Amino acid sequence: MTLANIWFVLVAVLLTVYVILDGFDLGAGVLYPFIAKGEDEKSVVRAAIGPFWDGNEVWLLTGAGAIFAAFPMVYAMTFSGFYLAIMLVLFGLIIRAVSLEFRHRDGNWKAVWDGAFFLGSLVPALLVGVALGNVIRGVPMDAQGNYIGTFWQLLNPYSLLVGVTGLCLLVQHGAAWLSVKSEGELHDRVWRYRKVSFWICAVLAVATSLATILTVSRASDNVFGSVVGWLFLVVFLVGVLYTIRQLFNANGALRSFVGSAVIIIGLAGIAAVGNFPDMVPARGTPAATSLTVTRAASGHLTLLVMLILAVVFVPVVLVYTALIYKTFWGKTKAGDADY
Amino acid sequence: MDALTLARIQFAFTVGYHFIFVPISIGVGMMVVLSERRYYKSGIPADRAASNFWIKLFTATFAIGVATGITMEFAFGTNWANYSRFVGNIFGAPLAAEGLIAFFLESTFLGILLFGRKKVSKGFYYVSAWLVWIGSLLSALWILIANSWMQTPAGYKVENGKAILTSFWGAALNPSIGPRYFHTVAAALLTGCFVAAGVCAYYMLKKRHLQFARQALIWASSVGLVIAIAMPFLGHWGALVVAEHQPVKMAAFENVTDTQDGATLWLVGWLSKESDGTYDTHGIGIPNGLSLILHLNPDAKVTGYTDVPQADRPPIPATFQSYHLMIALGMFFGLVLLVTVLMHILKRLENARWLLWVLIACTPLSLLAINLGWMSAEVGRQPWVVQGLMRTSDGVSPLVSSGQIWTTLGLFGLIYLVLFVAWLRIFVGIIKKGPEDTVEMLEAEKGIAPAPAGAGR
Repeated sequence: MTLANIWFVLVAVLLTVYVILDGFDLGAGVLYPFIAKGEDEKSVVRAAIGPFWDGNEVWLLTGAGAIFAAFPMVYAMTFSGFYLAIMLVLFGLIIRAVSLEFRHRDGNWKAVWDGAFFLGSLVPALLVGVALGNVIRGVPMDAQGNYIGTFWQLLNPYSLLVGVTGLCLLVQHGAAWLSVKSEGELHDRVWRYRKVSFWICAVLAVATSLATILTVSRASDNVFGSVVGWLFLVVFLVGVLYTIRQLFNANGALRSFVGSAVIIIGLAGIAAVGNFPDMVPARGTPAATSLTVTRAASGHLTLLVMLILAVVFVPVVLVYTALIYKTFWGKTKAGDADY
Repeated sequence: MDALTLARIQFAFTVGYHFIFVPISIGVGMMVVLSERRYYKSGIPADRAASNFWIKLFTATFAIGVATGITMEFAFGTNWANYSRFVGNIFGAPLAAEGLIAFFLESTFLGILLFGRKKVSKGFYYVSAWLVWIGSLLSALWILIANSWMQTPAGYKVENGKAILTSFWGAALNPSIGPRYFHTVAAALLTGCFVAAGVCAYYMLKKRHLQFARQALIWASSVGLVIAIAMPFLGHWGALVVAEHQPVKMAAFENVTDTQDGATLWLVGWLSKESDGTYDTHGIGIPNGLSLILHLNPDAKVTGYTDVPQADRPPIPATFQSYHLMIALGMFFGLVLLVTVLMHILKRLENARWLLWVLIACTPLSLLAINLGWMSAEVGRQPWVVQGLMRTSDGVSPLVSSGQIWTTLGLFGLIYLVLFVAWLRIFVGIIKKGPEDTVEMLEAEKGIAPAPAGAGR
């Protein structure tokens, strides 16, 4: 396995961890205006993600930094090519990052920050999926690796379907987390949302799978043609069955959250295997314009240094991430947000 | 306007805006550590209230600093795709390392500071305050490694139109990282000292929270004075590196037109444009001063910017003025802090209303100074985005249209304006409310309260 391939796997791992961790707080943010009634419940929802969301989001920043360092051509192509979409994600992340803290400190603008929290969760949760859809489907590129399509071409039906599926995946993931953290009336309501959003997500996932097999056969051929692809299909199926079983278990909130995380791992693995050895395949332009792992990768020394950094520091990060989850484990109470 | 100009405006605006909040975070982070240390040792509620106060100011500022920092990581890819492809091998690694080593540390333990007061032990909480602050200092280190590489690239070779890493330590410990890191962090801490001093001066003027204000002002002014004394040396170190590695930037700092023996050091001046595109300096200068401080020899040779074609020179007046204004403000800060410490020793500080007002004025001025310093470093590097290797005009995303940048520039303007108003309201609101008055604190204030208002000078 070459260093570039190792980094392909590491980037996939970083982004998967991001989806599992920040996914639940993005999903909770999307649900926030609908499930929380009254100040107390709102405060429980905010406190349920309060100590975690910032660290969760760092997985995205680190993932983006890793793509920049390990695959500069991919970073340059996607960020400049998906310009307006990336900027909308950015604006979402900006207003979201200030919303919780500012809401807490500023009693007069509560409605503004509640709105910012919702929108700032919805837009990234939706558009990151749309971007992923385009990366799976392929985009037209020139020889330098610039995107040469239009903004509207990015909003094709397939990518929009991936986007909506992704949004729903995060919503059911967020609902699972809130079920873990809440109790009483709020818990019962969230649990209902958790079940309904799971089934909607399941239908959308079937639709996305069919659409991929029918219209992006390169990806499905890659998955069905490799052992690793089958492995992730099995992981995905195990996650689905385990989650469904927990949905009929009144005390299954935490286990259904774990099931949801397994589903995300399975799906991310399937997407990664589907694209490999391309990072971003060309569509409508010669195959030579595809950004393959080898073509997009940085030099040997950069990849090696980064690998050493990752091997040393990722375990350290995991240790104190575990520490913070342990510190704030258990049901959240209404007063917990009043720091 | 063309896409290049718009992309430059957008980057300058978003990075300048971000750089308001970063120094406040780093500086106030120091106050958090100092006050939490005091509470850890004493355990009395008044000290906890004091620490909570700094934590509130810190977290409100940190939130907007994080939010506007994401913009910067995205901006290289969105607006500067050619730059990203050229430097990705080298420039991306510090950004990834910043996330892995600094951001995780900061954001994780910030969660403890925000939500953990009742959940973790005093010792754990105190350590968390340290870790958040250390995280912010590490973040500054990685971002300055990346930026210093753009000033003085090292440890690379250019191959197939890309800069390829040949030595990690060579690139990370490039010639300018030392002075630029310590100079920037010292300036950020000084800014934090002035934020703290401004808050304390306000309370002293209002005769509120006096015990808190006295304690914090001693910290802020004494740490600030030490930094202000060290600053000329750190700045000088940086200037020596600039003179050696970026002689045209040095020439722009002091408007040295032709290479000459015995160049002048300007204290203050304004520039008038000559017909040949050079500038003439009018003002107060020390003849041979620049040669003397750069080379310890009043007749030493100093490179002038006419050594390079006009297309390779930075905008001279902007570089000259931002550099000199920064130095003038720095000198002024040193003087203010010296007087503050002296007045404190003479026990006349609280009644010296004029000095308290000057301290309040220094809060925005310190932010101005640090931004001017950043501006002189970045404008002085132009027309290069990576000194000598890539021009800024070659780094832009080739296919992002001016219409797209107009749209996002408008949105940045709008969102950043709303955020600034919100942040300022919250920041000022926290200050107006002040640290919580605990019973012990009120009693302590009664005991040593100064003469009632009006009895003073």
